[in-house]
Amino acid sequence: MPRLSFAAPRTVDEAVSILAGAPGLAKVLSGGTDLLVQLRSGRLRPDLIVDTKRIPGLIGIREEADRYVIGAATPGVMISDHKGLERDYPGIVEGTDLIGSTQIQGRASLAGNLCNASPAADSVPAVVAARATVVVAGPGGSRREVPVEAIPTGPGRTSLGKGEFLIEFHIPKPKPHQCDAYLRFIPRTEMDIAVVGCGVNVTLDDSGTCVDARVVLGAVAPTIVIVEEAAQALIGHKLDADTLARLDAAAQRAAKPISDKRGTIEYRTKVSGVLARRAAAIAFERAAAR
Amino acid sequence: MSKYHVTTTINGEPVEYLCEAQQTMLDVLRDELGLTGSKEGCSSGDCGACSIIVDGNVMCSCLMLGVEAEGHSIQTIEGIAQGDKLHPVQQKFLEHAALQCGFCTPGLIVAAKALLDVNLNPTEEETRYWLAGNLCRCTGYDKVIRAVLDAAAVMRAEAGR
Amino acid sequence: MAIDGLKVVGTRPIRPDGVDKVIGRAAFGADMVMPGMLWGKIKRSPHAHARILSIDTSKARALPGVKAVVTAADFPSIPSEEAFMGEGPMNFRDLSRNCMAADKVLYDGHAVAAVAATSQAIAEEAVELIDVKYEVLPHVIDVEAAMAPDAPILHEDLFTSGVEPKPTKPSNIAKKVGFTKGDVAAGFKEAEVVIERRYTTQPVHQAYIEPHACVVSAAPDGQCTIWSSSQGQFMVRAYCAKLLGIDIANIRVVPAEIGGGFGGKTLVYLEPVALALSKQAGRPVKIVMSREEVFRGTGPAAGSVIEVKLGAKRDGRIVAAELLLKYQAGAFPGSPVGPGCMCAFAMYDLPNVNIVGYDVVSNRPKVAAYRAPGAPNSSFGVESCLDELARMLKIDPLRLREINAAKDGTKTAHGPTFTNIGYVQTVEAAKNHPHYKAPLGPNQGRGVASGFWFNIGGESSAACHINEDGTATVVEGNPDIGGSRASMAMMAAEVLGIPYDRVRPVVGDTSSIGFTFLTGGSRVTFATGMAVTQAAEKVVVELKKRAAMIWDISPEAVEWKDGYAVPAGANAGNFEPLSLAEIALKSGRTGGPISAEVSINAQGAGPGFATHICDVEVDPETGHVKILRYTAIQDVGRAIHPSYVEGQIQGGVAQGIGWALNEEYIYDKDGRLDNAGFLDYRIPVASDMPMIEPVMIEVPNPRHPFGARGVGEVPIVPPMAAVANAIADATGMRMRDLPISPPKLRAALDAGTLKEAAE
Repeated sequence: MPRLSFAAPRTVDEAVSILAGAPGLAKVLSGGTDLLVQLRSGRLRPDLIVDTKRIPGLIGIREEADRYVIGAATPGVMISDHKGLERDYPGIVEGTDLIGSTQIQGRASLAGNLCNASPAADSVPAVVAARATVVVAGPGGSRREVPVEAIPTGPGRTSLGKGEFLIEFHIPKPKPHQCDAYLRFIPRTEMDIAVVGCGVNVTLDDSGTCVDARVVLGAVAPTIVIVEEAAQALIGHKLDADTLARLDAAAQRAAKPISDKRGTIEYRTKVSGVLARRAAAIAFERAAAR
Repeated sequence: MSKYHVTTTINGEPVEYLCEAQQTMLDVLRDELGLTGSKEGCSSGDCGACSIIVDGNVMCSCLMLGVEAEGHSIQTIEGIAQGDKLHPVQQKFLEHAALQCGFCTPGLIVAAKALLDVNLNPTEEETRYWLAGNLCRCTGYDKVIRAVLDAAAVMRAEAGR
Repeated sequence: MAIDGLKVVGTRPIRPDGVDKVIGRAAFGADMVMPGMLWGKIKRSPHAHARILSIDTSKARALPGVKAVVTAADFPSIPSEEAFMGEGPMNFRDLSRNCMAADKVLYDGHAVAAVAATSQAIAEEAVELIDVKYEVLPHVIDVEAAMAPDAPILHEDLFTSGVEPKPTKPSNIAKKVGFTKGDVAAGFKEAEVVIERRYTTQPVHQAYIEPHACVVSAAPDGQCTIWSSSQGQFMVRAYCAKLLGIDIANIRVVPAEIGGGFGGKTLVYLEPVALALSKQAGRPVKIVMSREEVFRGTGPAAGSVIEVKLGAKRDGRIVAAELLLKYQAGAFPGSPVGPGCMCAFAMYDLPNVNIVGYDVVSNRPKVAAYRAPGAPNSSFGVESCLDELARMLKIDPLRLREINAAKDGTKTAHGPTFTNIGYVQTVEAAKNHPHYKAPLGPNQGRGVASGFWFNIGGESSAACHINEDGTATVVEGNPDIGGSRASMAMMAAEVLGIPYDRVRPVVGDTSSIGFTFLTGGSRVTFATGMAVTQAAEKVVVELKKRAAMIWDISPEAVEWKDGYAVPAGANAGNFEPLSLAEIALKSGRTGGPISAEVSINAQGAGPGFATHICDVEVDPETGHVKILRYTAIQDVGRAIHPSYVEGQIQGGVAQGIGWALNEEYIYDKDGRLDNAGFLDYRIPVASDMPMIEPVMIEVPNPRHPFGARGVGEVPIVPPMAAVANAIADATGMRMRDLPISPPKLRAALDAGTLKEAAE
């Protein structure tokens, strides 16, 4: 990598211009917890690294009337420490918090986790379950806001064009009796990539019946899977044994995993059902308590 | 091969250095600044032996570029003791025999110190999860956890809580 | 013989190298720099098995900044020669070919060339410019696949030894070993119950956190300095001398602090290569392995097949035992199948035993020792099978072991007769420990297992120097991997009668202390401790002589008490006691410096025994296993520094738990290692483990001045079976293939449920 260059732009448009005009391969650096590993192993050989952390607004959390605005490069430790997010979106906080170790948490960002586009990314299922959006900056002053699930298109691939990068995430404030949960399965208790991940976001009415839901699986397909059938299994129902069974089955049907050094197809499929049930139970309990 | 000039603060002292873009903060500490206390165990952020504290947050120096240090405040293992006065975590590691080969020890001490900076009353479980990113192959973690909990007790007493 | 009234031995002082290690000042292998130093990097094979057709280094040599490039051609050709090295034989031709591949590469990661350049970046670029042409050959990794008659052959000149008639066809089976006692056929006829089971394990790595590293400087006149972290500076010296054809006296090896070894650093990988590069470049060369290189290019433990057959009476007496072991040696022969055979039944007194073991080469890195090498594998099988037998017979598993326990006077199947052993005591202690009776909840289970390691003695040298101010310096030759330095100082302080912190231990380089065998085999506290003690005792003799001179009486009339020379009774004279410091001060006028050096070949290492209790909780829906509680009971002889003995026990247990649950080498279909990093090679993290309770039983070893026995290796032997037995207790499911990872356990539980449903 003898010709690697580094830039730390101070504005969004400066960053866009550097990225768009880069002659070779340019990579955005937020927390670097994926990028530097790939640099070191030789898997990625960029010519230019663009650090976005010095752009105002890229790090920080703002609570507005109807939404949270999270800077794209905000490290996990800030997200976990945010009282509002912890209260309103414990599932998103859980998911972010599970990315690696305490040390990783000091750096890892939602943008990095999303754009690295590992199917097993821990923050993504709950963020997608929350129906969050993300603002993409691009050439010519362009700013477009898209659902988070529009970004990853396959393992290691995103829909971003040359010169584009993420600047902030918008997470709508939850309704009354709306809450979420994220669970993942790993062989140890920490430090592993998710074998299966599941984010569930539910909205209940006063009687505890589900009126809206999103169930998102991670690590069981090339990108996250929004399991429409699982949501339908929940909507209109309380979380009784029947609903759980249908939820489990729907999750298993939606899972399209591979067998690799972390798990087999059979195993991941079964555990998708297990985690969907368990995450739903937690989300329901939390939603009822709000 | 052009180098970047970086000005930063390490262990309370202003520091300047030149480095290439691909050099990690760990490379800079060890190979440019002679601060070899932070160790390279894996260079992929999985072992924590390279842990440093940046602006109060513990992180892996192998996952940070040397050029990123500009303007930040960095603490390494070399800055944990105050002169010849050991930090309670360091003292308790010695008393509890919480090290055998000692290679993971700098990273563990930095991470443990970062824990006690934000939580002076961690439970055993909280301590174990906080330190999950620091691999140790010699001790089985038992005496490490005891040392950290004991250091917390000492620090609580000193703070009068 | 326990010595009462000890003042230092048995206490828990702070280790003398401790402060350096907690402030980051201690210098490990990669922390050294030498003026003018170059950076070395190794080119490694991407193929599991291939012939090297050509190596073109011209582009690498031409790259500005590159100062040396070496291949096997730069190393002398070594004839096949076997030397006994502690716990396993070492063939120097194989070692040379392992450090640098000759005509063939035998595993993914095998070194084929190396460069030295003025920066790490240039060295990395140069490595990529080396063009190696391979003829890829079919590969074989699994031990039984490698034994099959049509398996790809790794070495055309390897013929199975230990079989008659001598084979004429080359084989991957390097060696057949074994022994018998009594008559197993008759024994099995007598048996009322027979159980036959098969167990399998995958290769696991020692996974020390410090990658291999060295800085080496070869001068034009042939004298070399090597700074490296290893388990033995004399081993490094000997191996480098052999591999490069250098006189031993021309090599000085300075031991860095070592960041974990567990047996994996009892041989060399980098030092001979760095020497060759340094010789060519005329400058010092530093080579540090990356974590990936450690996994791909250094020796893990053997993957294995263990087949156990036990015949017993209904009352629990085992009357016949058979064991068949197949161990993966990796690219070159030398798996620890021998010790595996020896240790499997060592804790039991069995009348009829037949053990057969095979050492098998296959296309993965050459095996290196890993803590009680060979024993964890065979004990996983035997201790699991004993558990299955206990359930069959409806006898408590500890009781079953008690019934068959080896005691003082038992003649083992592998030869020696035991004296002064503490096995039964560990079983008793387990039975009586509150852990064994603690209640268990749903999905929870408890397992027990025992373990044995023979421990070694061997050659050690130590020197004790009295300094002018009455402090003492102890020089010994063993790298300190677990706190041994503290124990050396403690033993010397005890003998000299002075405070512990007035004795400073030093781990000397190869030019500063006599020959010392490496740190391994749980030998240091025993053998080097013996040498240190003897050196201190010789010093005491000299101190008494000097006091006699000062008092002008006979040396026989002087006693040494608590750091003072005192007259031996009123007849000797009415003299005030002379402190060591006072005698030291006068040493110039009484004959010169007071010091002693001792070189011994320590015999009488006492074997170690352990019995462990493990509680687990299983999540049946995910197959996740949580270790709830662990108690490790071990006969430690005498704990010189109890904290470090506890540390050895806890560390070995943690490694065994990792081996049981999640650690394994995973290969893809091309024989490439798929998990060469700490992300997917899963060692236990802090949140995976509970507190580990070590219970130390002291049955002193009479052959050691303070009763010490080796303690470091036994603890890794029982955990795999203890965990598997606990899982069987919790789920009814017997797992016979390691690791017991969640997908495997869940699949086994599902299959078990299906079977139940079908019946």
